[in-house]
Amino acid sequence: MTSTSPEVANQPKPSISTLRRFLQYLRPYRSELPLALTLVALGAVTQSLGPFLIGWSIDNLIMQGNLTGLLGMLCILCSIYGFGVLAIRGQILRVGWIMQRLLAQLRQDIFTKIQSLPISFFDRSEAGDLMSRLLNDVSTVNQAFGQTIAQMLGNLFSLIGIVIAMLSINWQLGLLSNLVVPLMIFTTGLFARWARARFRVTRKTIGELSAMLEENISSVREAQAFNRVQLNIEEFELLNAANRDANVQAVAITAAFLPSIDFLNTLATAAVLAYGGYLAVTGAATVGVVTAFLLYVQLFFRPIQILSQFYTQAQSALAGLERIFFLLDEPVQLQDAPHALTMPPIRGEVTFEQVSFGYQQNQQVLKSISLQVQPGQMIALVGPTGAGKSTIINLILRFYDVTSGAVKIDGIDVRQVTQASLRRQIGIVLQDNLLFSGTVAENIAFGRPDATQAEIEAAAQLANVHEFITSLPQGYTTRLGERGAPLSQGQRQLISIARAVLIDPRILILDEATSSIDTRTEKLIQAAIANLLKDRTSFVIAHRLSTVTQADRVLVIQQGQIVEQGTHAELMALQGVYANLYALQLGASNH
Amino acid sequence: MVLPADRPDSPPLSLWRVLKSLRAYRWLSIGALLSSLLLTAAYAVTPQLFRWGIDQGIAKGDLQVVLASAGAMVGAAVGRGLFNFGQSFWAEAASQGVAYDLRNRIFSKIQNLSFSYHDRAQTSQLLTRVTSDIEQIRTFLSTSLVQVISAIATLLGIAVILLLMNWRLALITLTVIPMAGWLLARFLQRNSTIFRLVQEQLGNLNAVLQENLLGVRVVKAFVRESTETQRYISLNETLAATNMKTIRAIRNTFPFIFLLSNLVTVAVVGYGGALVIGGNFSVGELVAFNSYLLLLLQPVLLIGFAAPAIAQAAASADRVYEVVDAAIEIRDCPGAVPFQTCGGRITFENVSFRYPGATQEALQHVSFETKPKELIAILGMTGSGKSTIMNLLPRFYDVTQGAVRIDGRDVRDFTLSSLRSHIGIVFQETTLFSGTIRDNIAYAKPEASLEEVMAVAQTAQIHDFIVSLPQGYNTIVGERGVGLSGGQKQRIAIARTLLTDYSILILDDSTSAIDAKTTAEIQAALDDLMRRKTCTSFVIAQRISTIQEADRILLIDKGKLVAQGTHEELMRSSPLYGAILESQMKQPT
Repeated sequence: MTSTSPEVANQPKPSISTLRRFLQYLRPYRSELPLALTLVALGAVTQSLGPFLIGWSIDNLIMQGNLTGLLGMLCILCSIYGFGVLAIRGQILRVGWIMQRLLAQLRQDIFTKIQSLPISFFDRSEAGDLMSRLLNDVSTVNQAFGQTIAQMLGNLFSLIGIVIAMLSINWQLGLLSNLVVPLMIFTTGLFARWARARFRVTRKTIGELSAMLEENISSVREAQAFNRVQLNIEEFELLNAANRDANVQAVAITAAFLPSIDFLNTLATAAVLAYGGYLAVTGAATVGVVTAFLLYVQLFFRPIQILSQFYTQAQSALAGLERIFFLLDEPVQLQDAPHALTMPPIRGEVTFEQVSFGYQQNQQVLKSISLQVQPGQMIALVGPTGAGKSTIINLILRFYDVTSGAVKIDGIDVRQVTQASLRRQIGIVLQDNLLFSGTVAENIAFGRPDATQAEIEAAAQLANVHEFITSLPQGYTTRLGERGAPLSQGQRQLISIARAVLIDPRILILDEATSSIDTRTEKLIQAAIANLLKDRTSFVIAHRLSTVTQADRVLVIQQGQIVEQGTHAELMALQGVYANLYALQLGASNH
Repeated sequence: MVLPADRPDSPPLSLWRVLKSLRAYRWLSIGALLSSLLLTAAYAVTPQLFRWGIDQGIAKGDLQVVLASAGAMVGAAVGRGLFNFGQSFWAEAASQGVAYDLRNRIFSKIQNLSFSYHDRAQTSQLLTRVTSDIEQIRTFLSTSLVQVISAIATLLGIAVILLLMNWRLALITLTVIPMAGWLLARFLQRNSTIFRLVQEQLGNLNAVLQENLLGVRVVKAFVRESTETQRYISLNETLAATNMKTIRAIRNTFPFIFLLSNLVTVAVVGYGGALVIGGNFSVGELVAFNSYLLLLLQPVLLIGFAAPAIAQAAASADRVYEVVDAAIEIRDCPGAVPFQTCGGRITFENVSFRYPGATQEALQHVSFETKPKELIAILGMTGSGKSTIMNLLPRFYDVTQGAVRIDGRDVRDFTLSSLRSHIGIVFQETTLFSGTIRDNIAYAKPEASLEEVMAVAQTAQIHDFIVSLPQGYNTIVGERGVGLSGGQKQRIAIARTLLTDYSILILDDSTSAIDAKTTAEIQAALDDLMRRKTCTSFVIAQRISTIQEADRILLIDKGKLVAQGTHEELMRSSPLYGAILESQMKQPT
């Protein structure tokens, strides 16, 4: 895709209100703006004054043979251009600074907003979609407004200056050359529409191609083992060809865009030449006027061309802004109650009082669940996927609020305390152990950034991962990449256990990993988890036999209800749902 | 890391290879080149039409000439439009063609490269080569190359015209080229590190954003919101500060380039004006000179900005050809014969194996021989080398020492595809492909009928589950489809393998995530199949319970075959076997 493509994002036309709101971001720079705009205008004036004076000199000095006058004019021109440099330098700095501050503010606002949104927002599917586009939108806005806006403003000012100059020199010629502008705007719009349709196809083909590539590169071993190589290559060639053809078709539009604008431009120039020539020949205008005009006409179309290219870029940036503002306007539900208390140190008693809950209005995931857990008890949650196990955990952490009933910890309704003071005392270890970019030590100290090195190492020791960490060349200062690369899944899990150990939670939530990890690491993990569970109230979504047999109580969740509870032995004796599930899911070896 | 090629090209050479690959699209390339030159000529001619219109028309009061020049300008515009279109369109078509060929070649290479290559290469890096690196090369062909060619042609053409019109004035005018070029080169050279830094910092910033989106639960549960916000703000400020550095650099260069061009205009007006006053130059010529001046700056800027893009394209070409040129380690030997029937005698003859790049041998002097119809179990701890043994049979790797034979014939004597098509293997890790369940099972045999697919699904004990889904066999699975449990995935993988024309079957720990009851059912079905359809079968397992039915158990420890025999024999003779057995009885799952 060339830079001249009039492509526009596949979004509805952004509204004026989006633009107005963007302009509000300029407010903090009220005092800097006048100077910046003045400099932009001065720069534009000096650039358009030049041709005006040159045309005038040709007419009034050169044609009259006035050499001294010409010399004087040259001095004037030099000082104007010199002054212009100062104005442009000032303009680049001022406008650049304002735009950089503004964009930094916008990025910060987005991030802060994301941090304040409730979990429910991230669980909605359309939200995930929005998020994936967010990165893209921010960069589009960056590009459109960070780098090109000063240039665009300058072009706009030049355009205005040139139009004024043309109309004042000769209004008939001025009008004539301006006649073509509406035609250009129309053409730009037309091409933008055509290009949009074609580029939609290329986006689809490139998406398919990338998906196929990703899948086939990561599964090349299967392809070879199953003799699929040739077939894969043939399938790839088909998609590859479709992508090539779609791109060539799209380029047919963009390649025709600039020539069309150029043609309209020349049409206007030729009209000026013809009509101006007629005026000059009939004596209605001087040769100098016509010459200056011809220079102006050429200068006139450059900003128009640049602006018409920018128009499309600005449109997609505005569409991006609209999505960003949509996110910023998302209501922050689930705030702390007005006079929320700080959760006192938790003893570990957890009570569910007739709790009902649904993620959507007309659907109930939990149906009037009641539950009383004593401090230090270990509770195992078992049941089929979607039964409501994760939901129970979401409610304890207050990621969601109950629809009816109450969740109480040590007799205090979780809605009465601040979210931070509640969660600080609850530790979690999830299935996909998301680590963050940064050092290993920083990752362990995730919940307590102020922890000392000794505390971090103690936590790592308890989590059975100290030895592994010290075996790394950089030890605790080893930098991890995105999502904890390059550690293995088991190693990531151990570190996430250390992370939970360090905050010394009173209540622990553990979602056991289902996938198989090599035996040695698995043993380390089991031992680490046993350390972690000691003396804490814990809720474990269980996938292992060892977990359910250890648990003080097993809750069997089915369709949002606790259908059976008791110890493993008691439940097995029942010969009911649990015994059945046990055979199907927990699957012990025959020994 | 992607491995270096046999003969790494230096970047200019790679770029030269890219240019040579245009040969396949020679007519498109020639069309683009001709259009580009004609376009330059059309641009150069326009100011001459101005001159003609002013000097011969307006100044002399000849309306005919005025109209003719106006008409000629419109004609020139039509020509320009056509040439411009031809240049962009043909260049794009040729570049798309080259990119298409390159993508096919690199994809086919990646599909054929041996396991040892893929062990060391990262998927994401290979992906980058096929996508963004090839796109860089394509942009170079369709944009930078065209820009540079037409810029040079424009500069040369205008220089010649100006020199012909008035060589003194021309020399003054042309000084703008080296001076602007020098300013621009200095700018790019001094600031390349800053530009890279901006990209890097932007990447870091986006990584934090992405991380926080993915890990939102963890962030909230650990009450990290304010710390993460602080982290983001500080990276954000760093980026803004670096951006200001680039703005300062722009401020110190571009206004001066424009000033330079303006001062040259002043000089032309001054000197040219004096010439006109002296009667040695016409007004039309002066106006034309000024118009050419406007055309001069653009090409210099274009070349300047194309330079970094060309350097990037060269680096990309280097990376792409590195993969294209990579040697395929495992391929058919000369005179390889197709593998047809299997008698069931598989021999490991003093086999040693070392993974490329590894310091230790994964297998040391392993020897054994199977009897027809035998069911062999391979047992060992993680990392003992038990999977490695089975990687040697389908020649995913070649032995470092010794030989692997089937019915007395070295596996290296067979063609790869015939050998592999007779070996059915179920990998330890299951890959589901995006597509329907039916597509997934019929992966190796896309033409299989639904009945065939259902039959193997039944054997793998997954049929009942599949038909319980609302879409049945047409349920979409994979990245964007229905999520399946580990056990369900494994059963689909087993069905997939059962659909191949295997006569040797290898199950690599393929029931680890399946519950005991189902495993027993699968095994019962498989046992029957193994006895009937295969000549030899191998089961690799960590769980002893799954391999008790085996005719013989090979016990592997630290790359060596330490014991073999039936369950009962090993119970008596091997302390290691006893130890593994004991540890497994304690350890559930």
